[in-house]
This record gives sequence, structure tokens and C-alpha cells, in this order.
Amino acid sequence: MVSNVGRLPRQGAGKAPRFAAGDWVQVAARPVLGHCRTPWYVRGKAGRIIAVHGRFRDPERLAYHRPGLPAQVLYKVRFRQREVWPTYRGFDGDHIEVDIYEHWLEPAS
Amino acid sequence: MAKRAPATAAKTRQGVASGVPKRQTKPRKGAGGRATHDVGGLSFGAIDRSEHDLALWEKRTDAMQRLLTSPGNRAFSVDGLRRVIEDYGEQVYDRTTYYEKWIRALRNLVVEQELLTRAEVETRMGEVRERHAKRGRRISKAKIPW
Repeated sequence: MVSNVGRLPRQGAGKAPRFAAGDWVQVAARPVLGHCRTPWYVRGKAGRIIAVHGRFRDPERLAYHRPGLPAQVLYKVRFRQREVWPTYRGFDGDHIEVDIYEHWLEPAS
Repeated sequence: MAKRAPATAAKTRQGVASGVPKRQTKPRKGAGGRATHDVGGLSFGAIDRSEHDLALWEKRTDAMQRLLTSPGNRAFSVDGLRRVIEDYGEQVYDRTTYYEKWIRALRNLVVEQELLTRAEVETRMGEVRERHAKRGRRISKAKIPW
């Protein structure tokens, strides 16, 4: 038996990435149903795109044996630790970088 | 506060004494809800960084995962494996080791994807237990719940 899990789509296939490096974004705060690779602690937080990794099949669909399409653009997003953890006691400039798929991101208001 | 893993968890391990997780179960709370695995920022105490040699069954588990998700087979995806593990619930998730999580997920996915039936897996496990019993080997009474 063969499932629908297939090879990654070619880079650049599909719609153009919605965001570019340098853009400020906000992570959706919606609840999760099923498999999700967006950590709880960045949901609802604002950060900055620092890299566009490319387009990948959607793990939220692959996890249920679906083809994972449409493919999602994956970004590297940088958050200030003070933004992520309100009680953070480290240096002000500390940050954390998280890989987040496009359907979890909105333009920062 | 910290409750140790029950004795049954240790019994299912095969000669990996140093691999017994010193973990506590902690309820996950928060806006939107955290999944069981999504524990970033929760306090679980110090991370146990001690290493142990992998047991044969752990290496086999790793090999099975690679074979089942390989381009030629694609029985399921690594994402599917993660999804099943994330659905275990806090008690099981916190008190099982890395490959204990994997082997249960692999077994369940093989059934979910109809490569084997549950009855076939259980029958085979019965045969394996019997074979080991005949050779005088110690057999764990513990069964991994479905």
C-alpha cells in the first residue's frame, strides 16, 4: 500500500511567497486541531521574517496521509525573547528563531 | 510533587537500565490549548543528558521507521509518526523513552494504513513470546496499549 506522501514540489512552484525577509509578521493565535508544528509559545506573538526556506508539503496534512497540498512556504521567524516570554530575565536583545509555515502567519498590525 | 514512572514502565525496557526517564507528568494548560508534546516554556526540571548504548530493539525500531517512510515504501510520513506520538496523552508521553514512543506509533500506523491487522500483530507477538519462553528467556508481561 502506498500513501499519498510524495516528493517535495519543486522550489518556486505555486504562488509567490506572501512575505519576504525583513517583514514583520504575527503568528495566528487560533487553537490547533490535530498535528501542528507551530509551537504554543509563539502563537499570537509578533516577529520578523529572517529567511524564506522554500515551499514544502504541509505537515498538518501529511500527518493524516494526505498529499500535503497546497504546499506551504516555510519561513524562519525571529522573535524577541521578551515578546515570547513576558517574564524573561535575560538580555534585552536576546531572541529565538522558529520555523513557521505561511498559513500560520499574518502581516503584523 | 514529582511522581516516578511506575514499575511497569521499567519492566518493558530491555536491558537499558540507564534509559529510565526521570520525568514528571505535568498538566498542559494555556490559551488555545497545548498539545501533549508542546511543552516549550514549561518547567520539567533539569534535562537528563546522560547517554546510553542503544538496545537492539531500539536500532531495529529506527530501521523500521526509515524503511516504512522511505521513498520506495511510503507507508506513512514522519509527520504521521509525530501525530500518533503527540496523541498519546500526557501520562504515556512523559513516561516513555524516545524509541518506546516510536515503536508504539509504528505498530499503530501499520494497522491504521492496513498493512497488517491488529489480530496479525497480536498473534505474531504471542508467537514471539512463546519462542522466547521456550528458550528460558525473561519475558515482560507488560503490553503496549493500542
